[in-house]
Parts: sequence; structure tokens; C-alpha cells
Amino acid sequence: MGIVHAEKLIYEYDKRDEEGNVIGTNRAIDGVDIDIPQGSFVAILGHNGSGKSTLAKHMNALLLPSGGTIWVDGKDTKDPAEIWNVRQAAGMVFQNPDNQIIGTVVEEDVGFGPENLGVPTDEIWKRVENSLRSVGMLEYRKDSPNKLSGGQKQRVAIAGVIAMEPKCIVLDEPTAMLDPNGRREVILAVEKLKAEKNVTVILITHYMEEVIDADQVFVMDDGHIVMHGTPREIFGRVDELKAYRMDVPQVTMLAEELRKRGLSLPRGILRREELVEALCRLR
Amino acid sequence: MVRDITIGQYYPTESFIHRLDPRVKIVCTLLFIVSLFIQNSLPGYVVATIFLAAVIKMSKVPVGFIVKGLKPIVILLLFTVVMNLFLTRGGAELVQFWIFTITESGLKTSVFMAVRLIYLVMGSSIMTFTTSPNGLTDGLEKLLHPLNRVNVPVHEVAMMMSIALRFIPILLEETDKIMKAQQARGADFETGNIIQRAKSMIPILVPLFVSAFRRANDLAMAMEARCYHGGEGRTRMKPLKYKREDRLAYAVTVFYLVLIFAVGRFVPLRLWIF
Amino acid sequence: MSIALEHVNYIYSPGTAYEKHALKDVSFEIGQGQFVGIIGHTGSGKSTLIQHLNGLAKATSGDVSYNGESIYAEGYDMRKLRSQVGLVFQYPEHQLFEVDVLSDVCFGPKNQGFSQEECEKRAREALGLVGFPEKYYRQSPFELSGGQKRRVAIAGILAMHPKVLILDEPTAGLDPKGRDEILDQIEHLHKETGMTVILVSHSMEDIARYVERIIVMNRGQKMLDGAPAEVFQHYRELEKVGLAAPQVTYIMHDLKERGFDVPADATTIEEAADEIMRSFHG
Repeated sequence: MGIVHAEKLIYEYDKRDEEGNVIGTNRAIDGVDIDIPQGSFVAILGHNGSGKSTLAKHMNALLLPSGGTIWVDGKDTKDPAEIWNVRQAAGMVFQNPDNQIIGTVVEEDVGFGPENLGVPTDEIWKRVENSLRSVGMLEYRKDSPNKLSGGQKQRVAIAGVIAMEPKCIVLDEPTAMLDPNGRREVILAVEKLKAEKNVTVILITHYMEEVIDADQVFVMDDGHIVMHGTPREIFGRVDELKAYRMDVPQVTMLAEELRKRGLSLPRGILRREELVEALCRLR
Repeated sequence: MVRDITIGQYYPTESFIHRLDPRVKIVCTLLFIVSLFIQNSLPGYVVATIFLAAVIKMSKVPVGFIVKGLKPIVILLLFTVVMNLFLTRGGAELVQFWIFTITESGLKTSVFMAVRLIYLVMGSSIMTFTTSPNGLTDGLEKLLHPLNRVNVPVHEVAMMMSIALRFIPILLEETDKIMKAQQARGADFETGNIIQRAKSMIPILVPLFVSAFRRANDLAMAMEARCYHGGEGRTRMKPLKYKREDRLAYAVTVFYLVLIFAVGRFVPLRLWIF
Repeated sequence: MSIALEHVNYIYSPGTAYEKHALKDVSFEIGQGQFVGIIGHTGSGKSTLIQHLNGLAKATSGDVSYNGESIYAEGYDMRKLRSQVGLVFQYPEHQLFEVDVLSDVCFGPKNQGFSQEECEKRAREALGLVGFPEKYYRQSPFELSGGQKRRVAIAGILAMHPKVLILDEPTAGLDPKGRDEILDQIEHLHKETGMTVILVSHSMEDIARYVERIIVMNRGQKMLDGAPAEVFQHYRELEKVGLAAPQVTYIMHDLKERGFDVPADATTIEEAADEIMRSFHG
């Protein structure tokens, strides 16, 4: 069993009319099976409303399943005795950089998680320093978060999670509200963490360029997992992806366009150099 | 414009005052405020001014910044001054026109009252400028800890305050943005009678509330995700411990209190009517 | 019919610790009917810039004129300007406040002083223009999906019948399909009504696909101004200031370096594909 493992996961919520009476139920997640091995980098794609954020919130026991089971680090999230262990094991970074920073000084925010876990003071300082360093934000430790750029705020949020020493970080659209530079900063910080600390990274996004380096990609639609594979396999299926309101990186799109026009290029080209090489070979 | 409001914000820098234990700053600020109200003499105000000026100097917070914090109380200030000026009777009449009379004690009371209010706000803004909201809430929590025994949720209240302080600048900025956006749709906040103006606030207030609730919801989730479960079993990154400087600061403040009380009584400094 | 900026400077909170020279000597003219993109990273001054175009921000020095008339002239009708130069802010759905979609879209025309009937007529028309389904007209705007909310907010501006439409990051936070849908709708609008459209965006790929002219802002200054192919030729300079050309531009440059006979100025997938095919088939 991987660090996150779900079987037949279902999440339902009540649909209400204007007076607040229940008039039915909606299924945000509908029978999801997923297994994420420790230490891997997994991306989950899906359009707005596909259920990907709901799934992410199950990994941190912020939502509990209506049916099926999800285990995080071997612990059933429904078990009330394990809830804090689950949350410690799977840290979470959210979309809006402003709404997840609790502290008014960068370092105090990073210390918030360890404080809640009851970590001794000396150890908190060590963890705060290390995690701020690992996201490249150590020099801002005394600053007010309000003065930071979006990308910097998200890196502080990541440091706040790292300071809790989780086995896995779930990033729920961490770059959706950032500009291209901020997005790059955040993705580089995540990649560096993965390389250094061997944490499992679960990245939820709808920016295709960000998932190229993932070990596995899941695509969600209407509460189901509809595609699963390596980035190359997934991006090789352009039409299918488009049907799920997704896109492919521009390089992949150009390669696909050229293939359609008769050039015999391989499917699922992801990087600029690959395409240039492939074209050179064709000449 | 709204972003000019500086009161209640933290001004991050390194200074002697910044390093003091928040409890010291809270208690000393309270003592300072008390000192403004237990005396009412020119020498007393001179001592208070010197004390306040010294603290501001040591805090390394720009004076302009502190003065800007007075902006929101300007109306209150004017109101107090005017009321005192015209309604306090006593002593010789200085000016008289139509139904208004300004007397010596009217002038005296209103000037002293204004100074008191200004010093009060400046004194408390020095506290918030030099204490991170977390420090402030930690300090309050620890000071009020005894109330826990009578079932006052001290930790929760302190946490709420700290969050409110963090979100003030964010919500102010948001208000600015929403106002501009509604102006772009032709909204007019400046003309019309009171009822029309009150009505014109709806397009600002509704989105602002919606946004505040959304933020509150997000924040609650983010806190839970980081294992927040109230004050129980929580450790502190910056536990409060009195150091030498803190004891020194207490001593200085007590000395100041004695001094202001003494000069008010025994120093016969008078200037015109004051 | 045009908007012109002449030597516009804007200094933010002058004389305080937060003083910032947000715009430095910016001049340009945008003619009626153009489709212009403004790019620049966060803090480059582009948001401040667009607020000058409808008078929400006032230049510290320099002049802004609309149809040859200075908007800073005494007695200039700012509210009229704001209805003619419609500005859709970033995350515009955050300004929705009415009980239902139709009333919300009516807010603009109502402020212009039109009758209830005329307001509704304009609102329906505007909602039609952004492709908002009629069956949701009476629904609360807060219950819609992100993409639909955004359409309503854009319709709120269109209902004022602006001659110029400025959109600040209209696709922020939407999924890929949602992004394409909104941009296609805007392009359609531009063709249909002939209004001037100014699109502020971070995405070079989007900008390259839709606009005929790009203005690049950097540190409060206008850095480049020209047709996409022209502007993206300067991709090395763009990189230096933290921007980039669309990926295809890089591919074309790489191919050229490797001896392909392709022009390096393609900025969209179609253009690039055309050129590459041509180089293969001679």
C-alpha cells in the first residue's frame, strides 16, 4: 500500500433548494481507486468542478468519505483517533496565498504547524530555519507576509507544511493565482524539496507545463479518474484530453499538428529539444 | 486612500522596544494611559511628552508613521475639542460671540483632552507597531491566563484577535479594489443625500462580506490542515520569558509614574492659563 | 476615436515610505477598433496603466485624452468616460452583488440613468454577447460556476455599451477550456461589434493568438510596442525582464539554428506548423 491509498472512494453532498430543503445528492467523487507510492511525484489534472480538489481534501482528512475508504500513511482517515496523525503525515498547500498564512511574520507562520504538534521550542526554531532555507525564503524570515509576492507567499506556505515534517505534500492548485514567474518559483521549490527530502508530492493543477516531470498523471472528470499514465502517455492522447476540458503543452500541440499534417513524429513529445531533435532526424 | 490607515499594524524592524516582552509593552502601555488620566497639569504633560518621545525614538518607528495613525480619530478628536471648548464653563471668559462662550477652563480642558487622546492613540500604536500580532496575542493570553479558571476562552479570543489584525490590511486593499471596480460600472459614492449614499454602499458591502466569509472559510481549513486544535498541547516558538531588559522597562515605567504624579503635585510650573 | 497617453507619470503615495514611481513617461495611442495586448509581470505597472485609461487613477503628470479631449480638462464627464471605456478588473466575479444575474448586469446601465426597461434590454443583449445561457438569468450569481460568473461580470461592463473594453487577466484561475472559451468569446465580440479591446495577460501564448499589437511594460516603462511577430523577435530582452516569448517562437529559432529554412517570427501553432511543413516540402 502506498502513502495514499483509496478504494471505491465516494463523496456525496446534499443538493438544496432555495429554502434549504434537501432535494437530492451530488457525487463530487464517484468510486475513485488510487494508489500513490511513497516518494513519487504525482499530478492530478481536471477541469474546475471535476472533483480533484475534493479528492485532495480527503488526503488530509479535511473531508471524510461518504463511501469507500482512504488510507494515508496506512491510517484510515475515518478513524477519529488518527486524524492528527493523518494531517501531520499529509501536509496541504492551498490555492489562495493570502488565505492560508496565519502568522503576521514569516517565521511565526512557519512555526504555526510545529507549535500545534507540540514540538519543543528549540526544535521549532531549527525546523523553521531549515524549511525556510529549503524554499529559499530564509532572508525574508522577519518580514510581513503582506509584503511578499504571490510566489513568495506560496513558498512560505510550503515551508509551513515542510516544518511539520510530513511524508507527503498535497498542493491544491498552488499556482492558479500566480503569474508565470511566481509559478516557476513554486514549481522549482517543489522539485527541489522532492529531490532533497524524498517527500511524496501530489500536485493538483491545470497548468500542463507543470506536470511534465511527474512520475504519474491522473486526469479527473465528473468525480471519476478517466485517464492515468506517465505524462508522455497522457499528453500523447491530445483529443481525449481536450474532451475533458484540458490542454497539452504548446510543444506537444505543435507536434500533434505536424503529425496530423503528415510528419511521422512520435506521440507525446513534451519538451522543445525533443521536438527539434525529432524534426532534425526527419530531414 | 484606505491603505493609508496604519493603526494596529506591525512595523517590523530591530529595536530595544521591539525586543521587549509583549507583556511588558501591554502593561506599560496601560500604565501610560492611566498616567494621562490621573493628572492634569502642564508639568505632568511635559513629563509624559518626554517619556513618549523617548519611547518613539527608541522604537525606530518613523514619527510620520505614528502621526498617520491619528487620521482615523480626527473626527472624534475635533468633536471632543469642540464639545469641551464650548460647553465647559469656569474661569474668565476669553471669547464670546453669538451664543458661544469660550472660557479659560473650556480652553484648558479641550487642549488637555486633545493631548490626552493623541497621546493615548500614539502610545497604543507604539505598542502595536513594535509587537508582532502574534506576540501581542501571546502576551494577552498569558496575562489573562487566570481568567481561564472562570471559563473565559482566553486562547481562542487571543487567536481571533491575531487573525483579525493579520486580515485588516488585506480587507482594506480589497475594499479599495471593489470600490474601483464598481466605479468602473458607473457607481457614484460621492454625491446624493444620506439615504442615496447609504444605498450606494450595498455594491461594496455585499462583495466584501462574501469575500470575508470565503477567506474565513479558507483560513479555517488551512488552520485545521496544519493540525490546529485549540490551545491544548500547543508549544510555543517564542515562549514568553522575562529578561533583564524587561525588568528594566518595568522599573522605568514605574519611575515615570511616580515622577508624573510628583511633578503634577509639587512643580508649580504654569504658563498663562495652563 | 482613440485613447492617447502623453508622457504619463504616476507616483504612488508620494512623500511616504511607500512612495513608488509606478509609471514613468508612458506615451502611446490606441486607435478605435484595435485589439491590443498589454504584457508585463506583476508590478510592471500594467494594472495602474489601465486604470488611467478610464480615469480611476489620475496621472501625477502628463495627459490622457479620449477622442482628442483631455480627460483631465475641467468639467470633463468622468462617468461618461467610464461607460465608454469599460474596465473589467481581475477576478471580476468578486464584484457581483445582486440577487440575480440579470439585476447585476443592469447595475451599470442603471447608473447611466436608463429606464428599467432599457436596462433589461441592454443586460439581455450583453449576456447574449458573452454566451451566457438564458435559463440562468434569474439565478443568484453566487451559485454559478467560476467561468459563468466571469461571463456575468464581463456582461456587466458590456451592458454599458462601451466603445473600448479593457480586460485585466480575464482568464485567471480558469481551466484550459474555460480560458479558451472566454478568449474566443472576446475575439468574437471584437469582430462582431468592432470595439477596441485591450487585453492584459501573463500568457504570451494567449496574447500571440489573439491580438494585433502588443505593448510590453517593464518597471513602469513602455519597453516594446508593435505587432506580435515583431515584439517576440526581442525574446532575449523579454527574458531579461522575466518574460518570455511563446514556446513556438523558441522552437522556430532552434530550428533555424539547426539549419532549417524557416522564418523565426511565427508566434502561433498554426503559423509555426505552416512554416515547418513548407520547409519540408520546399
